[in-house]
Amino acid sequence: MTDPLPWLIVLPLAWGALAFLLGPGRGGALAIAGLAVQTGLALILAGQVLATGVRVHPVGGWGAPLGIDLAVDGLSAVMLLLTQGVALVLAIYARSYFAGARPEGFWPLLGFLLAALNALFVSADLFNLYVTLELLTLAAVGLVAQGGGAAQASAALRYLLVSLAASGVYLLGVALIYATYGTVSLATLAPLINGDAPLAVWLATGLVGVALLAKTALFPFHFWLPPAHGAAAAPVSALLSALVVKASFYLLLRLWLGVFAPFTVAAGWVLAGLGAAAILWGSWQAIHARRIKLLVAWSTVAQLGYLFLIFPLLGSTALALQAGIMQAVSHGLAKAAMFAAAGIFLKATGRDEVDSLAGVAGRLPLTLFAFALAGVTLMGLPPSGGFLAKWLLIDAALEARLWPLAAVVISGGLLAAVYVFRVLRQAFLLAPDDSHFHPVPRSMEWAAFALAAASVALGLRGVELLQLLAVGRVT
Amino acid sequence: MTLHEALPLAVLASSLVPGLIIFALPETWVGVRTALNLLGAFLKLALVGVLLAGVSAGQDYGFRHEVLPGLELVFKADALALLYMALSTVLWLFTTLYAIGYLEGSPHRSRFFGFFSLCVTATMGIAMAGNLFTFFMFYELLTLATFPLVVHRGTPQAMKGGMIYLAYTLGGGALLLVGIVWLHALAGTADFTHGGYLAALGEAHAGALQIAFLLLIAGVGVKAAIVPLHGWLPQAMVAPAPVSALLHAVAVVKAGAFGVVRIVYEVYGAGFAEFLELLAPLAVVASVTIVWGSWRALFQDDLKKRLAYSTVSQVSYIVLGVALFGPVGAIGGLVHLVHQGIMKITLFFCAGNYAETLGIHKVSQMDGAGRRMPLTTLAFSIAALGMMGAPLTAGAVSKAWLMDGAQAAGMGWAIWVLWTSSLLNAVYFLPILWRAWRQPAPAAWPEEHIPAQGRRETAWLLLLPPLFTAAAVLVAGLYAGESWSPLAWAQIIAEREYGSWAP
Repeated sequence: MTDPLPWLIVLPLAWGALAFLLGPGRGGALAIAGLAVQTGLALILAGQVLATGVRVHPVGGWGAPLGIDLAVDGLSAVMLLLTQGVALVLAIYARSYFAGARPEGFWPLLGFLLAALNALFVSADLFNLYVTLELLTLAAVGLVAQGGGAAQASAALRYLLVSLAASGVYLLGVALIYATYGTVSLATLAPLINGDAPLAVWLATGLVGVALLAKTALFPFHFWLPPAHGAAAAPVSALLSALVVKASFYLLLRLWLGVFAPFTVAAGWVLAGLGAAAILWGSWQAIHARRIKLLVAWSTVAQLGYLFLIFPLLGSTALALQAGIMQAVSHGLAKAAMFAAAGIFLKATGRDEVDSLAGVAGRLPLTLFAFALAGVTLMGLPPSGGFLAKWLLIDAALEARLWPLAAVVISGGLLAAVYVFRVLRQAFLLAPDDSHFHPVPRSMEWAAFALAAASVALGLRGVELLQLLAVGRVT
Repeated sequence: MTLHEALPLAVLASSLVPGLIIFALPETWVGVRTALNLLGAFLKLALVGVLLAGVSAGQDYGFRHEVLPGLELVFKADALALLYMALSTVLWLFTTLYAIGYLEGSPHRSRFFGFFSLCVTATMGIAMAGNLFTFFMFYELLTLATFPLVVHRGTPQAMKGGMIYLAYTLGGGALLLVGIVWLHALAGTADFTHGGYLAALGEAHAGALQIAFLLLIAGVGVKAAIVPLHGWLPQAMVAPAPVSALLHAVAVVKAGAFGVVRIVYEVYGAGFAEFLELLAPLAVVASVTIVWGSWRALFQDDLKKRLAYSTVSQVSYIVLGVALFGPVGAIGGLVHLVHQGIMKITLFFCAGNYAETLGIHKVSQMDGAGRRMPLTTLAFSIAALGMMGAPLTAGAVSKAWLMDGAQAAGMGWAIWVLWTSSLLNAVYFLPILWRAWRQPAPAAWPEEHIPAQGRRETAWLLLLPPLFTAAAVLVAGLYAGESWSPLAWAQIIAEREYGSWAP
């Protein structure tokens, strides 16, 4: 068989384009079929990486430095798997969610989004990464805007402006590096960059770093995220929170471990500090959010914070990277489930306040169960992927004798419990007599449940994921 | 997978699988639900019976599964685990029967019994946990599975109680987690072993190990309701009676007490814990809890609240027994794990019967209840006398061993603590018995739900469970010397924990 790698980029582009030709609202079945194949490809690819190590694919037979290299290591394979899996379930969910509504550009945009994500995870040079990041942004903004209400439009515009500004800053950084070294290939750059690099390179590192932080919505750059993720349609919010913000985190992590490694010692503490602030501030806002989707969106701000706590520890222990990826994967699954569940509540009750959830426990037990399981992961309670992530993180922090980090992780979990149980508590209350529930397709309920169950099941099978992650790094 | 690996998993599955099926059942399928409940309960009883026979014949049962590199989920059904499992399984059967009768006709029963089954699964997991990681996993699962039961009624009052319960237990879980990960960083996650595994670290880490002990005991102490971490227990009284029975006798507080046993004996080791000077403070805390709980119980007019404070006091008998260095005290504490369970579950079954049959919720409403409900009141009386440590009951056996243990450990003051508590127990239980048996009944009961029919004072499913458990209180007291008694089993465990031991 031919290499599955390029197909992971070509396939979503193909079904995205076809869906566009079919017209608004059509192409759902096509997308699901395409995603199913992609999931299979990602699995095959992960198997190959496990068996034979890092894979490099020179596009069109022209490798770096002349042509473009695509490369897959354990980290990329994990992200690819997460992306295809979550997107497949969310596509099934979205098909029922949008049934009868003729979503303007959802399916074509989904295709482009997936192509951009996959391309980003396998790119091996700074400029290619810029292009994929830009494509990703445009597709994501389009998805937020569709639906067409004033709230969506203004949130999308704000998201677009932040993202474009960040992209500009990133590109400036790349230009500075290209001007200094004459290459953008990560593999070629890695041995060239060291602590004695000229000022321009230091500046470039800072620019690229800040741009990626803004795209990942790390505190204090988080301001665009809650309105965008809170206003978009539920399947879109789920995609954005679960996958899109992880892409820029992935990129930052990859550069940090690779080409930017010489500069990172002090900056790690800055990132961890901002991460801690994100956990506390995001949780605080989630605890006080009135609308359920806003609550879930603020929870994303908080949960992204954990990803940045690992940076000061990356140099000293392998546990840190494991913790970060475990958190990224389990949060991806859980947050997709949570937004999916929130979308179901919205459809069923017709309202989006947390206070309007009374009686949901009786009417939508499966969805509530999904929400609760996702909550278990976010709180970091066992058995769940979130628990393993927190275990690894606390373990790494204690090994390095960094008590404050462990304290932040623990208090973040307790704060998460406050906002998760705020929802569950409301759902267990008796419904007022005048409330009425619209029926919701079972496929949506099961999709939310499947994602949540996966995030919990990960807590029993962490070994395989970490094995895959450990396969050699592309620098 | 061999049979010796499969059996512990089967014990878990015998309640997990029925529970998950019950969640999916429509509310109206009462017969199927009941059949599944009882099938699971009896199957578990049989499996635990097989394990008991195997372990007393010296067999080892266990299962391991690697979750993260170097971190394993470990189950082992050893003598100590089986003490707790046997108690849970037997009482679970009775509580299930009782709950079927108690909840008849009320809404959301599928949900109730689903979480009920998850609860017993968590309890079994706690009992069989072979290392701290596994213990923590099921300890937190227990928190999550009991919350929906506590707030089952869905009233604002139930919600308030449930939220307080969560705040305490999740906070305790966080402390426990820090302690566990810290020990993991210091010593790796070793299996629970007789005599503990931390002694190898020696004096070098004494300070760290002392603080970690504090974190661990505080973590499990929340569920064991050790003063000052007991505040949730009286609040959780808003739960339906079978849930209270479960929380107080088998699941939650016992999980905490059982955690104390594992941590002292099989993580630190009694000898090493004594060396680190951890046991004396623990004994003091347990004593304070014993006296304080009994003292507070005196002032409660709400029957279930009085029982709740009584639980606070009685569970710390177990902790005290563990903290008294030496096998005699250990036997007292371990056997009280079982004895307190059967006595307290009887009391809560009876309290539920008074409330469901006559609408009696307060001690001051108990006048004449003994004439209207003689069998229930008889069961109540036996269990209450057991709590006081009256002769011929299970309570007397626990108390005698604890007092001997205090003597043997050179902590004579603990004997006074136990006497004081017995006295206070008498002061808060005897007036209830007096009212029930000797005072004339009022003209009308507060709210009579179930009218008397001939000799049937209340529904059979409500009456039989407390009668059986009350009988067990007497049997455990009268036949304590037999080889099948809880006492004999506690002696086997103490022998293994303390190595060489002469009676």
